[in-house]
Amino acid sequence: MSHEGTLLIIIALLPFVGALVPGVMIRAGRTACAWFTAVPTALALIMLLILAPDVMRGEVIQAELQWMPQLGLSASFFLDGLGLLFACMITGVGLLIILYARFYLSGDDPMGQFYTYLLLFQGAMLGIVLSDNILLLLIFWELTSLSSFLLIGYWKHLPEGRQGAKMALTVTGAGGLAMIAGMLILGNIVGSYNLTDILQAGDQIKASEWYLPALILILLGVFTKSAQFPFHFWLPHAMAAPTPVSAYLHSATMVKAGVFLMARMWPALAGTDAWFYIVATTGLITMVMGALIALFKDDLKALLAFSTVSHLGLLTMLLGFGTQAAAVAAVFHIINHLTFKAALFMTAGIIDHEAHTRDIKRLGGLRHLMPITFLIGTVAALSMAGIPLFNGFLSKEMMLEEASHTKWLDSYYVVPVLATFGALLSVAYSFRFISHVFLGPVRDDYPSNPHDPPAGMWLAPALLCTLVIVIGVAPFLADGIVRAAASAVTGAELDPHLKIWHGVTPALWMSIIAVLGGLVLLLLHRPLDKAWIATPRPEAKAIFDALIMSVVALMRRITDATHNGAISRYLAIFTVASVALGWIAYSGSGLSAPTRELLPVPIVIAVGWVMLVVATVSVVVMHHHRFRALVLIGIIGLSISAGFVYLSAPDLALTQISVETVTIMLLLLALHFLPKVTPAESSGAMRFRDGIIALAAGGGVGALAYAFLMRDIETISDYHIANSYEGGGGTNVVNVILVDFRGYDTFGEIIVLGIAGLVIYALMHALLDGPAARRLKNTDYTQDRSRDRHPLMMVVVTRVLMPIAVVVGIYIFLRGHNQPGGGFVAGLVIAIALLMQYMASGFAWTQERKKIEYHTMIGLGVVIAALTGVGSWLAGRPFLTSAYTYVHLPPIEEFELATAMLFDLGVFLTVLGAVMLMLYSLSRIARSAGETVNEAAMDYDPGEHVEDAKGGT
Amino acid sequence: MHWIILPVVLPAMVAPLIGFVMRWDITLARSASVATTILLVGISIGLAVMASGGETFLYKLGNWPAPFGIVLVLDRLSALMVLLTTVLALIVLIHAIATGWDNRGRHFHALFQFQLMGICGAFLTGDVFNLFVFFEVLLIASYGLMIHSGGKDRMRAGLQYVVMNLAGSTLFLFALGTLYASTGTLNIADLAERIPQIPPEEAALVRVAAILLMIVFAVKAALFPVQFWLPATYANAPAPVAALFAIMTKVGAYAILRVHTTAFGPGIPGTEGLAGTWLFPAAIVTIAIGAIGVLGARRLMPLIGFSVVGSMGTLLVAVAAFSPTATSAALYYMVHSTFAAACLFLIADLVVSRRSADRLIPEPATVQNGLFAALFFAAAIAMAGMPPLSGFLGKLLVLDAMREPGVMGWAWSAILIGSLLTILGFARAGSTLFWKSTAMTPEADNSGLEDVAPPNHATALQVAPSMLALAVLAALAAFAGPVSAYLEDTSAQLFDRDGYVAAVLEQPEEG
Repeated sequence: MSHEGTLLIIIALLPFVGALVPGVMIRAGRTACAWFTAVPTALALIMLLILAPDVMRGEVIQAELQWMPQLGLSASFFLDGLGLLFACMITGVGLLIILYARFYLSGDDPMGQFYTYLLLFQGAMLGIVLSDNILLLLIFWELTSLSSFLLIGYWKHLPEGRQGAKMALTVTGAGGLAMIAGMLILGNIVGSYNLTDILQAGDQIKASEWYLPALILILLGVFTKSAQFPFHFWLPHAMAAPTPVSAYLHSATMVKAGVFLMARMWPALAGTDAWFYIVATTGLITMVMGALIALFKDDLKALLAFSTVSHLGLLTMLLGFGTQAAAVAAVFHIINHLTFKAALFMTAGIIDHEAHTRDIKRLGGLRHLMPITFLIGTVAALSMAGIPLFNGFLSKEMMLEEASHTKWLDSYYVVPVLATFGALLSVAYSFRFISHVFLGPVRDDYPSNPHDPPAGMWLAPALLCTLVIVIGVAPFLADGIVRAAASAVTGAELDPHLKIWHGVTPALWMSIIAVLGGLVLLLLHRPLDKAWIATPRPEAKAIFDALIMSVVALMRRITDATHNGAISRYLAIFTVASVALGWIAYSGSGLSAPTRELLPVPIVIAVGWVMLVVATVSVVVMHHHRFRALVLIGIIGLSISAGFVYLSAPDLALTQISVETVTIMLLLLALHFLPKVTPAESSGAMRFRDGIIALAAGGGVGALAYAFLMRDIETISDYHIANSYEGGGGTNVVNVILVDFRGYDTFGEIIVLGIAGLVIYALMHALLDGPAARRLKNTDYTQDRSRDRHPLMMVVVTRVLMPIAVVVGIYIFLRGHNQPGGGFVAGLVIAIALLMQYMASGFAWTQERKKIEYHTMIGLGVVIAALTGVGSWLAGRPFLTSAYTYVHLPPIEEFELATAMLFDLGVFLTVLGAVMLMLYSLSRIARSAGETVNEAAMDYDPGEHVEDAKGGT
Repeated sequence: MHWIILPVVLPAMVAPLIGFVMRWDITLARSASVATTILLVGISIGLAVMASGGETFLYKLGNWPAPFGIVLVLDRLSALMVLLTTVLALIVLIHAIATGWDNRGRHFHALFQFQLMGICGAFLTGDVFNLFVFFEVLLIASYGLMIHSGGKDRMRAGLQYVVMNLAGSTLFLFALGTLYASTGTLNIADLAERIPQIPPEEAALVRVAAILLMIVFAVKAALFPVQFWLPATYANAPAPVAALFAIMTKVGAYAILRVHTTAFGPGIPGTEGLAGTWLFPAAIVTIAIGAIGVLGARRLMPLIGFSVVGSMGTLLVAVAAFSPTATSAALYYMVHSTFAAACLFLIADLVVSRRSADRLIPEPATVQNGLFAALFFAAAIAMAGMPPLSGFLGKLLVLDAMREPGVMGWAWSAILIGSLLTILGFARAGSTLFWKSTAMTPEADNSGLEDVAPPNHATALQVAPSMLALAVLAALAAFAGPVSAYLEDTSAQLFDRDGYVAAVLEQPEEG
């Protein structure tokens, strides 16, 4: 990259790097902070000036850093005449604003923050004018919206600031988003996002069918940013920002970003009818309307804001004309407007600062009290009015000249007449600014004692006023920069000569009419003002606020209505979607021919099926009675187990029966603490609707099952059956699949079980800390309780059963690899045996005899399973690779030892631990519900009474 | 070679130890949890480096050959997702510890590690049934985390979460049953080989399976019309958990990408275009729901929740195209939106914990109002897709990839208008929380002489995770070039179905 290119990148980055400084340097004091803010800006300006001679000669300085080539986004910058003009304006005015703000901001305002935002904005703005890639430009574009949001809302305690910030962000943000679309289309037409490429592809763009959409979308961004009608309304409200911000962002730089972009895109987009009618018309309307409203604004800043709107309209109109001379005029007016408008804003700020009011109706006569301010304000205002020898006059003449020979539709009069009218209004409000604020008698009712501010505050506007006069008197001094910028805009070599006297032209007459008319309007201001106030006008802010409020209210209604927390509805929607999409997917193709015959139905199976159906329907009908429903669910579970047996799946049947038993027992215990009846929550219509949905879903699942049960398919199970014994060392394929082929799945599932135990435990604690605990305590359960909670018979029977159950469990565990059984079922069987002890003898009694904590049991289970898996690493095999061997230990017969059994032990422990932890949690709830803890195994122990009787005698 | 399974086995071993051995000492549990997570980050970086060469690595569990046993498959995509998960987890974990959230209920760290195990397992598996298993693991663990520390609203939202997702799991089983019955296999590579052999006129069953699986994944990804559970869940979950959940929606998106690209994807006559046809309109509506919810929100946490819904919509719009370009855009957006969402929840937690509630009404400014405002601003512009953070680039990438006629109009308007509403919603919320609050004076302190409680300043450790997440977003933007180059390769590898099948099914026997 060339030396100049490097400088360019540094210029673009400097403000962002500099933005880090003021936030820190504020600790060194306000003046130091201002100095340190000025440094990056000044450096950038100096570097620009170093590059300036080359650019003025017509060179274009380029620099490129790769960023995201996949998207066509690169950090590429270029500096031509137009970029140079804007960059100098941004940094130059930036310096003046930094100086001005140092004195403007009060001691209570966080100045470091202000300068940080300001530099962020400056960086974004510089980025816009230097970008050579439209995606990069978009990034900076949005950044100006954001930094402007922060700056408008700077006085965050003021509602106007907050609302103005939001309004500005909404409007410019919306425009920015439209512009994203426009730029992407533009890039698509050209095949590149590089500005240099796009600017050379003007003909291709204008010929494209996508030209109009792209143009409109881009112009939406431009018009919102540059406050063109009908998006102008945000700008006056942005004036809630501190005045340095208004002067910098909302008159000198940011609002000109739109104008800049039109100028930048001029070779690519301008010159068509669509361009002319959209851009020039919008500009014309904005110019006249802005000036008219400005005339009747009493707030100084509002007056200036609408005047800015009007001048932006003027610039837009000029660019819309699409002629080279108009482009020159636009470029020149950009410079002139910058000088006088920034000075005027600072003047308004000074007046506000000193007089504590910006209301024109409360001002007047300040000429005597604030002579320096008066001088500055008057010079700038005369320039704004377009009085000869001030720079505003020159560019306004050029504008009127262009307007005088512009044809709109078929009329030669529309544009010149309206342009003259706009100029006339502009004269009127400029004169009003001078006469109503400075002239007239000194009043005695200012809110404060106005006097001239310290030099630091008037120095910046004074400097700008010097420029106003210098350019006004010797316009040829601006020849060079205007030539460079205008050539860059039009893409043609232009050589404009700026001069004061053009001879007696139509423009001169229009100017004279404007000045005289303006004076007349000023004289008539009082009656006109009354009429204006009496006329009903649409109030943009009220409309905007109402719009936003109603949109928010609508959004709120939609959200509340859709996300109302009704789980039954969510599930209904889910089910309907599944059935509907399933049906659509199904109907898009067909089925293969069935390969199986329907089997005859034996009578026993038919009975079982009827029982299953009856039980299921009964659950639906009786689910309000929870105990009954639970019993019925138990029946369903057992029927399904029977089905598994019939279909030769003993493993499944065994698992199903034990799972069923455990869950029903735990649910019974849990139901104890819950209402016994479910209240009816849905209306008949809803039940009908849900019934239809449920039938459709059930029917769908049934149809699906039928469809695939009728067809044979070659599956991977054949491999499992073939390899179970040789590879897995077991003859029970189901168990080998569980602990070996797909042992990893089982590993996951036991972890699910372990987590469930943990969650229930954590949940129980959370519940007992909350309001549920109070409810538990206050509910009277005594009525439900049996007098003899732990009857003798049951205690005795369960104790006898215990060793038998344990032996069965161990047996099931050991045979698992070859016969139906395994760790999972074994865990459940043992758990059932223990559950019975707990139920029979009470929790506390059993708990005392418990050797291992349940938490540990789960943990141990998971760790053993995992370690079994990891163990195979030692043999250089992947996780969970099994190994087995046959051992012969006399006198026992030869038996098998497999690592899979160790894994199964992990499964066993986890299952047992999880079930018991659930039981433990239930008993905790029981105790907190006021259940007494039994010390002995039986509430009524006959043995004790025998002892008592003996002792008594 | 065992590296691939470590992201599953390591937390699976540590979690029980934390839950059962260290459960009485929070410091011990914290140390173990943090150490494990740091190790996981290291491992996942290693895996990402391994995968970056473009090779697809296979891990045959139990040493059974695919498709008969279960395999783990490490390619660029799964490595990326695991890396994303672990980095996010570390950030969230630090926040949870620094703010003391982990100590407000039982078993946080055990559940957290189990959750990581579930997520990593889902990303690494090459088998759809195993995917189901890990969906279960992460569901049950996330439910435990979701209701961590209890409370009425949280319990209620948790119930909705778990019920909706259990319904999804049930459907998952139906879908798997149908899939197995129509193809005879569950291995993704094997599916990719067998499904194209099904004659297109006899593909009804496998089509049903494909669409049902899409709905299952859509439940996880919070896609319309099964997104209803998300806002309430995220809003009521403990904030660090909500931040971790930012990756959970991505599990759904990942599953759609993996399964519907490889097994049912482009070029397969029976199922081609089926998922995309329905995914696209659903994603568009999802964007709308998210944006509407953001603007209409009354509370901060649901607002962020809805912005997550909207971001999932944007992500899935790109996924629905099932093309390599759109997919790499989707992946970039996925990485971005994960960190953006997490970051927002963490920052919101810092703010909300210092206010009476998360309702969007003015209250006196909290301490460090400026700091929180700045953090919130940065995270919000990231989420809303404004520059300079990665959200803007992600949005541009997605827009740029959506150029098909008939798609462009819908996608562009939805994304751009959605962005506007989101920006507006965040601006309103931020203005109320951080600006309006400065105009309020704290209620008069009656205590007079002594301050009741010192202002609850956020410690450096509490702010660091949010800053870290923002730094990730900034880095994602700054290094967008190399990152998207990697993602382009990732997406190319995902669409190279033959390469995947060859790597999984024709792996030479290892010694």
